[in-house]
Amino acid sequence: MNRLKIVPTIVLVIGALYSLAPILWLVFASTKGPGELFTTFSGFPSFNGGFAENVSQLNAYGGGRFWKWTLNSLIYAGGGAFLTVLVSAACGFAMAKYRFHGRAVILGSLLAGVLVPGITLSIPQYLLLSSTGLVGTYWSVILPSVISPYSIYLCQVYAAASIPDEMLEAGRVDGASEFRMLWSIAFPVMMPGLVTVFLLQFIGIWNNFLLPYIMLANDDRFPLTVGLYSLLNRGASQPALYTLVITGALISIIPIFALFLFLQRYWKLDLVAGGVKG
Amino acid sequence: MTTVSRRRRRGPGAAPYLMALPAVVLFIAFFLIPIGYAIWLSLHAMRVRGKGFGVRTEVFVGMENYVTAITDSAMYEALVRMLAYGVIMVPVTMGLALSFALMLDVPRVGLKGFTRISIFLPYAVPGVIASVLWGFTYLPAVSPITRAFTELGLPAPDFFGDVSIYFSIANIAIWGSVGFNMVVLYTALRAMPAEVYEAAKIDGASEWQIAWRIKIPLLAPALIMTSVFSLIGMLQVFSEPNTVKSVTNSITPDWVPLMRIYQQAFIENDVYLGSATSVLLALVTVLLSLAALAVFRLRARRSA
Repeated sequence: MNRLKIVPTIVLVIGALYSLAPILWLVFASTKGPGELFTTFSGFPSFNGGFAENVSQLNAYGGGRFWKWTLNSLIYAGGGAFLTVLVSAACGFAMAKYRFHGRAVILGSLLAGVLVPGITLSIPQYLLLSSTGLVGTYWSVILPSVISPYSIYLCQVYAAASIPDEMLEAGRVDGASEFRMLWSIAFPVMMPGLVTVFLLQFIGIWNNFLLPYIMLANDDRFPLTVGLYSLLNRGASQPALYTLVITGALISIIPIFALFLFLQRYWKLDLVAGGVKG
Repeated sequence: MTTVSRRRRRGPGAAPYLMALPAVVLFIAFFLIPIGYAIWLSLHAMRVRGKGFGVRTEVFVGMENYVTAITDSAMYEALVRMLAYGVIMVPVTMGLALSFALMLDVPRVGLKGFTRISIFLPYAVPGVIASVLWGFTYLPAVSPITRAFTELGLPAPDFFGDVSIYFSIANIAIWGSVGFNMVVLYTALRAMPAEVYEAAKIDGASEWQIAWRIKIPLLAPALIMTSVFSLIGMLQVFSEPNTVKSVTNSITPDWVPLMRIYQQAFIENDVYLGSATSVLLALVTVLLSLAALAVFRLRARRSA
């Protein structure tokens, strides 16, 4: 009776292979120098120093532009996600733990906000930000990313579930101010939920394309997604750039994989599932 | 105790408002004002005033942009292509996510941790990068698949054909989203009380029967919500076709609605028409979500 279930195991392994195959191909293809990419079978790696050559060419491209893009992505995703967590945690905590006028209005507006497509917001955001002179700056990508109705909703759910009212009452008896409690009681207790919100938002911003694509015109401000896209576009007339795109794509997913695997145990996906379960 | 009740009566004062303030301000600045502005734009247009070389000014044109938007034949074609893509993407994503989640939930399945993480991993890959990855495996000059077929003396598949292009683009989105949906469904399964299954097992139900008769009905709420997210994702598909466009002519610059809106607003420089179309898209999204929510409530009431 304790035998392994064969059929489900096989199906899952096939699913894993489907998921890993393109990434494996990316690793193989990045070992091929510009001469080899179009001439050798890309389903198998080459060992002629192609990878080192590609990396050095990528370093040299536009005077280290690729690393600038990487840094930009880190600034957008890291800074944006951090600010999202601060803003959402405070708002979520307030809505979970206090009854105040306008609470229902905020809740309803946020819910409606989740449904508005990015493009509907991006066109007017672009025009409004360009009238304030912010278009093309780091802020034009970070600021619209900070407000995330879904993150606020998750924070509210998590605050309601994890912070007992007695804890706050005890704090009040000790004379702590409401802000002191937000900082010293709510934030630490909510930390696992906040890590999840940070990760979801970090990945969301890191992967976002439309917003920076619309907001930014200057190469030096591009995040990796827009940068590699522009490189790919140029590759259509200059196929030698394809090896750079491939190597760049590989390097660009390494930090996010690392973050992902390293922080895996901190993920509170039941929070997301709870949100979905309503 | 009296202190507590006295303090409670005094209430937290302005504190909750101040805590919610940053979020509310940002929400107004980056949601409400842009939405209002989009609607305003959609009712205006640039017109030449006076005869000859008059000055171009912004004028109120009523529903004119909306009429243009819904009679735009390029948008209709884009909608049809989006639906063709969605008919593949949504059911396959949900079907795979559900199957994988159910199989992960079967006792005594091997390699659980490895397969779960592997299938989840593509979620971390940006849509643009995923499109670069798959785009190259579709591109005959580089594709390992084309190469393998040619080596075997078989005719190589055309990934950019009239019909196959929909599968090619859908595949990129499926690859990127199965894992996340699987984990959400799997987590919902794990949260269910074990007694439900124990009773069925004692009655001699097979794993297959338990999955079909007990787990899937219990998963209905999570399934509906994840499907709605997939449908919204379908309406907003942009990165994948827009990126693959770089390597093939089979994808036109107005291939799906969002690409058409981008073209209207930023290539043809008609932000007014672009806004009208994007407001329509927002309406469709909201209506779709409300309809799903209504189904959701109806089900909940029936089962209660």
